Amino acid sequence: MSKVRVLVGTRKGAFILTSDAKRKTWNISDPLFAGWEIYHLKGSPVDPNRLYASQSSGWFGQLIQRSNDGGKTWEAVGNQFTYDGVPGTHQWYDGTPHPWEFKRVWHLEPSLTDPDTVYAGVEDAALFRSCDGGRSWQEFAGLRGHDSGPQWQPGAGGMCLHSIVLDPSNPQRMFIAISAAGAFRTDDGGETWRPVNRGLVSPHIPEPAAEVGHCVHRIAMHPTRPGVLFMQKHWDVMRSDDAGDSWREVSGNLPTDFGFVIDVHAHEPETIYVIPIKSDSEHFPPDGKLKVYRSRTGGTEWETLTNGLPQSDCYVNILRDAMAVDTLDSCGIYFGTTGGQVYASANAGDTWAPIVRDLPAVLSVEVQTLP
Amino acid sequence: MIRVVLPAHLKTLAHVSGEVKVEVVGLATQRSVLDALEARYPMLRGTIRDHVTQQRRPFVRFFACEQDLSHELPDVSLPDPVVMGTEPFLVVGAIAGG
Repeated sequence: MSKVRVLVGTRKGAFILTSDAKRKTWNISDPLFAGWEIYHLKGSPVDPNRLYASQSSGWFGQLIQRSNDGGKTWEAVGNQFTYDGVPGTHQWYDGTPHPWEFKRVWHLEPSLTDPDTVYAGVEDAALFRSCDGGRSWQEFAGLRGHDSGPQWQPGAGGMCLHSIVLDPSNPQRMFIAISAAGAFRTDDGGETWRPVNRGLVSPHIPEPAAEVGHCVHRIAMHPTRPGVLFMQKHWDVMRSDDAGDSWREVSGNLPTDFGFVIDVHAHEPETIYVIPIKSDSEHFPPDGKLKVYRSRTGGTEWETLTNGLPQSDCYVNILRDAMAVDTLDSCGIYFGTTGGQVYASANAGDTWAPIVRDLPAVLSVEVQTLP
Repeated sequence: MIRVVLPAHLKTLAHVSGEVKVEVVGLATQRSVLDALEARYPMLRGTIRDHVTQQRRPFVRFFACEQDLSHELPDVSLPDPVVMGTEPFLVVGAIAGG
């Protein structure tokens, strides 16, 4: 019988939640890396027992942990993230030049084909890769070296590279997104990059339709349709049908088009999920009611999913890496909140229940479907 | 042997409890002690001082013999009681809540 393993990164450690395919009864692990911020952990698609975790602390900096046994034991591997060459400057919040400074790893994306290869999206924004299981890291300097690099600015959470989307049909192509520079694509394995932000409009920046400067929160793709991308931007839910060359808004009837997460159903490439959040300043669900929105039409037409979710006095946020799906039939949807709850739906969002209610603030959720 | 006391998180990371002892070749300084510590416990590299610049991380301090050594030059000899092994070299994380 299949099993599900949910990897949860929090402000104070990581947790592994496991269940069988029914997804009704869950085992919650003891905290891993207790007291440390775990921005993200994720398993290799080709070796699910190979996990990588980003462990960081304001005191002791960045560590990368690796497990070869599905999270039972861990080994600290390489943590030297050195920008290639002279780092130069990007723009600070006030528009003045600011030197590129490594702060932390936001997202780890294991290769689709090699368990020893893993990509790391870091703050200040850059993309690194390890080909030796995390022992050493090399930067894809062509991204940060793009002509627009000196104009990039941080979002409120820092200038983070938070989304790494690998194209399963073309190993030379990948997509990344940076707050608040926008989305970029490489077609040559990471050597060169170009912004793919045409169609994004951000009224709060000096040039609302600029080539870069958009606060992209998250990008999602269904593996069977790598040319179709979905984006949750600071404002607006967007869709591209040409691998990012152009985008159109699909916010439709959402109560607010602000949010952080976006994901795609495992078996229905036109079924997508978002969790609208009230902004610009509150960053919690509208009216204190936690609602997931599902579109079965690839956007524009959205239905409200509330069964099992709190519909009063709920003032949590759901951060950009904190939603994931399993590949069981029917598809399971998972998300974690800054209030420490991890919610799961074993029926594609129709009903929800908390797996656990009182973890530290959740930073990331990933799901592995195991044989 | 130089006695070193690590903060709790780094003890966990290095899989040690209590003090650790490191052998230093030549003059016992902050740099030589940290070099020896990182050689024996490679997982500590980058957690106390920067990989490249070797600068102490901002929220880490060094104490020994009731003195704050954080701003001493890295190649200055440590106090005699630390060199003699009668007092430990303390690596301290700044106290902060949250």
